[in-house]
Amino acid sequence: MRALARRWNLRPALGVTALILALVPWMLSNDFYYEIAILALFNAMIAVGLNLLMGYAGQISLAHGAFAGLGGYIAAILTGRYGLAPLFSIAVSLGIMALLAYGLARPILRLRGHYLAMATLGVGIIVSIILNNEEELTGGTDGMSVESFSLFGHTFTESWEWYLLAALHLLVLLWLAQNLIESPLGRILRSLHDSERAPASVGVNVARYKSLVFVISVVVAALAGSLYAFFSGFISPQEAGFNRSIELVVMVVLGGMGRLYGAVIGAVILTLLPQLLTSFEDYQTLIYGAIIIGVMIFMPKGIVSLFDRWRRRG
Amino acid sequence: MLEIRNLTKRFGGLTAVDDISFRVAKGHIHAVIGPNGAGKTTLVNTISGVYRSDGGSVWLDGADITDTPTDQLVYRGICRTFQNLEICGGMTVLENVMLGFDRYLSKGLWPTLLRSRRLLEDERRYTERAMHLLGLIGIRDYAHQEARNLSYGILKKLEIVRALATGPELLLLDEPVAGLNPRETAEVAELIRTIVADEVTVILIEHDMRMVMDLSDRITVMHFGKKLAEGTPEEIRNDPEVIEAYLGGRR
Ligand SMILES: Nc1ncnc2c1ncn2[C@@H]1O[C@H](COP(=O)(O)OP(=O)(O)OP(=O)(O)O)[C@@H](O)[C@H]1O
Ligand SMILES: [Mg+2]
Repeated sequence: MRALARRWNLRPALGVTALILALVPWMLSNDFYYEIAILALFNAMIAVGLNLLMGYAGQISLAHGAFAGLGGYIAAILTGRYGLAPLFSIAVSLGIMALLAYGLARPILRLRGHYLAMATLGVGIIVSIILNNEEELTGGTDGMSVESFSLFGHTFTESWEWYLLAALHLLVLLWLAQNLIESPLGRILRSLHDSERAPASVGVNVARYKSLVFVISVVVAALAGSLYAFFSGFISPQEAGFNRSIELVVMVVLGGMGRLYGAVIGAVILTLLPQLLTSFEDYQTLIYGAIIIGVMIFMPKGIVSLFDRWRRRG
Repeated sequence: MLEIRNLTKRFGGLTAVDDISFRVAKGHIHAVIGPNGAGKTTLVNTISGVYRSDGGSVWLDGADITDTPTDQLVYRGICRTFQNLEICGGMTVLENVMLGFDRYLSKGLWPTLLRSRRLLEDERRYTERAMHLLGLIGIRDYAHQEARNLSYGILKKLEIVRALATGPELLLLDEPVAGLNPRETAEVAELIRTIVADEVTVILIEHDMRMVMDLSDRITVMHFGKKLAEGTPEEIRNDPEVIEAYLGGRR
């Protein structure tokens, strides 16, 4: 354990993150800023979950946008149509998504590399088609409005309430993810990244742990997706689309694969970047792409690797 | 302890393991030798559940273990190493050994997420044992280095240590000293002797004849997938057919 702790030094990072999250509201002078901050926090949650699957266990998914969106839709429909309490809707949605992920995991995670990418891409497309076509339930391409979120009789209306909720979720998630990574279970996940034969040869049921991490990452995505749907009061198939899935993968890669806080950094930067670039209008996408390419060339291990250099010098 | 009966494995038209039978007695070192491409690795892969057999059976202490998956064999006390290393390069040497202790460690989701005291206690205890094992083979100094940065010789030893960590009763070593220098070879040979003294049975695939003749209790010779001969080192050394096919060809 000491060996693990020495290598990552994750514990102080959680405190620093909590401190930053506590200070950020002073910079959020209006609701629009709050909205972006909250979106960044939910994105960070999904990215942290996806990083467990991609960065640590080495299994790519091009469907996590779809999973987050589908989770949001299920929760929204359960509350809007069937009148379930939001908290209960989210719980049911996560249960359904966990079962779905478990069912998909065995056949899909047998594949590797490009084939796995293709298979998850297919899953994402199917989800997208369903959300677009089941107009009765989902409102089709126009999307659907979502009831407001209430917890134990209290309805969330203020931006700062949402910020607090999202920030607490992220902090708890980071703590749990950190415990997971620094454990025998986490060691198995990381071993899958390098060689499946190695863990199998020492008694690890590889398929089982691949399924487990897949389910965990899907449930985290669905949780963030559900909360976000309630927060924004609206959900459309775009939120479950292919671009969204790619965006999430880029967050993980840009921030630093297999680095817990890399995913957070990647998510924050990729959420803020489009906002910062709006003044460039026509060139927005071009600059956005150039920055990503630049980072990947000069920091192949992600933005988080900047901090490593720092620490080594210091 | 282990009995192999008429084991066969085909790749398309090629019969890589052709009707192989032999018995391995408890506490013995049983070597399997043969020229390149004779089917030794395929034999290990078929016994250890990497490949599905096309005929024959494998018995462990009277129980049929044919085609049991690799990970389940570990729980029956069988572990193997790989001719071409299977090490997790992104993990440290110590972490690779800790992976070997996996069967003794809790992977429950709740103890893990909530960092249960028992989990931490076990982790600490097994870390000490891992360091002890690394010390035995003299690579303790590398414990905290990432495996991918280390030399072939160190990784070769690391694989044996990782296999030992599983607490095997039967160890299948596929060319454990291939690519090692004479000093490293002697160290590994010494380690294998220690292992066997601890009542572990070893199936040893190896090209290094000095080592095989020194260590083995019995030797099976393979040639084009078939069993060519079996006997004590003395018998094998003097078997004209073996000299013709293998030993003679090499000298
Ligand atoms: N996965 C595979 N698919 C097809 N053919 C294979 C496969 N693995 C091995 N072979 C073939 O089976 C035969 C036996 O190979 P094997 O690797 O078992 O030999 P070996 O005795 O271990 O040789 P070496 O001493 O070089 O390690 C060879 O002809 C090889 O080309
Ligand atoms: Mg071989």
